Amino acid sequence: MMLNDLLNRTSEWLKGEGPLSDIVISSRLRLARNIEKLPFPHWASKEKEEEILNIILDATKILDQFKDALFLKLDELDSVDKQFLVERHLMSHEFALRSSHKGLVLTSDEVVSLMINEEDHIRLQVMQSGFNLDGAWKIIDEIDTVLSKKLNFAYMPDLGFLTACPTNAGTGMRGSVMLHLPALVMTKQINRILAAVAKLSFNVRGLYGEGTQASGNFFQISNQVSLGHAEDDIIENIKSVIRQIADQEAAARANLMGSHQQMLNDRIFRAFGILENARIISSNETIELLSMVRLGLDVGLIKDIDKKLVNDLFIFTQPAHLQKMSSKKLTPTERDAIRASLIRKKLLNK
Amino acid sequence: MLCDICNQNEATVHLTEIVNEQVTELHLCEQCAQQKSMQMEQQFGLSDLLAGLADSDKLIAAPEKITAKCLNCNLTYKDFKKIGRLGCSECYVYFKKYLTPLLKRIHGSNIHAGKTPQKSALVTKVKKKALSVFELKEKLQQAIASEEFEQAATIRDQIRELEKKQKNGTKDEEGCE
Ligand SMILES: [Zn+2]
Ligand SMILES: [Zn+2]
Repeated sequence: MMLNDLLNRTSEWLKGEGPLSDIVISSRLRLARNIEKLPFPHWASKEKEEEILNIILDATKILDQFKDALFLKLDELDSVDKQFLVERHLMSHEFALRSSHKGLVLTSDEVVSLMINEEDHIRLQVMQSGFNLDGAWKIIDEIDTVLSKKLNFAYMPDLGFLTACPTNAGTGMRGSVMLHLPALVMTKQINRILAAVAKLSFNVRGLYGEGTQASGNFFQISNQVSLGHAEDDIIENIKSVIRQIADQEAAARANLMGSHQQMLNDRIFRAFGILENARIISSNETIELLSMVRLGLDVGLIKDIDKKLVNDLFIFTQPAHLQKMSSKKLTPTERDAIRASLIRKKLLNK
Repeated sequence: MLCDICNQNEATVHLTEIVNEQVTELHLCEQCAQQKSMQMEQQFGLSDLLAGLADSDKLIAAPEKITAKCLNCNLTYKDFKKIGRLGCSECYVYFKKYLTPLLKRIHGSNIHAGKTPQKSALVTKVKKKALSVFELKEKLQQAIASEEFEQAATIRDQIRELEKKQKNGTKDEEGCE
């Protein structure tokens, strides 16, 4: 597989399939693992880091799960390629910035990705569309078990898996669920609900993870606690919180459809109108307007558009995606024009 | 110790704050802590207040007084406080005394209850014991809560017994390496 092959596909995280997919966009699990006694990436010399990279690449290349995977060394990628992978949620933004002696292993279906020498030696990630942490756990557990036979993972019986930052020690597991909560935002209930969620030791983040603002009504909820509970308990915990938020969003949507349908209809079709007619549009505005169109589809106010088309637009209107499709670097102004024309073309050809 | 914010009152509340996965510790007086927690609530977890206000145990000594150093990777505990990251897996052994209470504050627990890597049978055996101590401790708490003190005493003895065995077990393990 080649990196450019991904360009013709929909990212796993935006397929729009799976349980509760009208509200839950995607479910992701990641495990942090390190090799015993070797220095953590930030504390390792360049030579040591390169050695660790090669040890892990060698161990992963022989796994059945990675037989048609892509093995990348980050310093061999240009900045657009790296941004492209970040936009597809296959690696973190911080990882893309510091790219020497770092590696990425990627299955062709984009379900599994493994970052080498991020904050920890290994960050293994499994992504599923919709509300499916159990499915993600099945996959990640199996790969982790096989890897633990090949590599000497840093582990202490009482403290569990040992990580560069103590916030990840224990299971090394972080589960994140991406939610689309436009009705809770519109009815101004979102702050109250997210505040309650944060009190339960969960993190709330924007569309692209750490340090980013929530945009287009997308929110990512993840567990803070990784030590003291078994993986399935942590997963159950996240699931119960997500279910409650999803219930609230569903109630808010029903309420809007019940007593404010005209207002809702107006907002959705205004968004649609701008997308169909804009000649220049930013990435942020696109996400916000597409969010409204998606809501329109989910509540049945828009009927004659394929949901897949909307999901594709979320992905392909991102800066690096536009540049890869145009096969050249674009200035932000050029991007805004190309983005607008791509959206018009897709929506009018529906 | 004086409050980190006002530098006037005695610090009685000790918080571990984690922003962008950087651990910082805050030592605050009651008043400043209350203000801080109100701020935190408004930011709804975008910066995460971890340890609760009630958790004011002073198990973590002032970092400047700690001279511990990891002999595997040469990271000092002071380095850790500065950069918020450990240097290698052995740091957890060399700094265990300080990390255990820190982990407890971050996670509400410092006893692993999850998966075990499949590398050595020895590790698996020790882990099973660790888990059962954990379970016993939970039982003990339940017994105390429901005022079944006789039962609680029995469980406590079981825990002591197990912990003694476990200590010996850990020594054996270290001897192997
Ligand atoms: Zn003060
Ligand atoms: Zn060390």
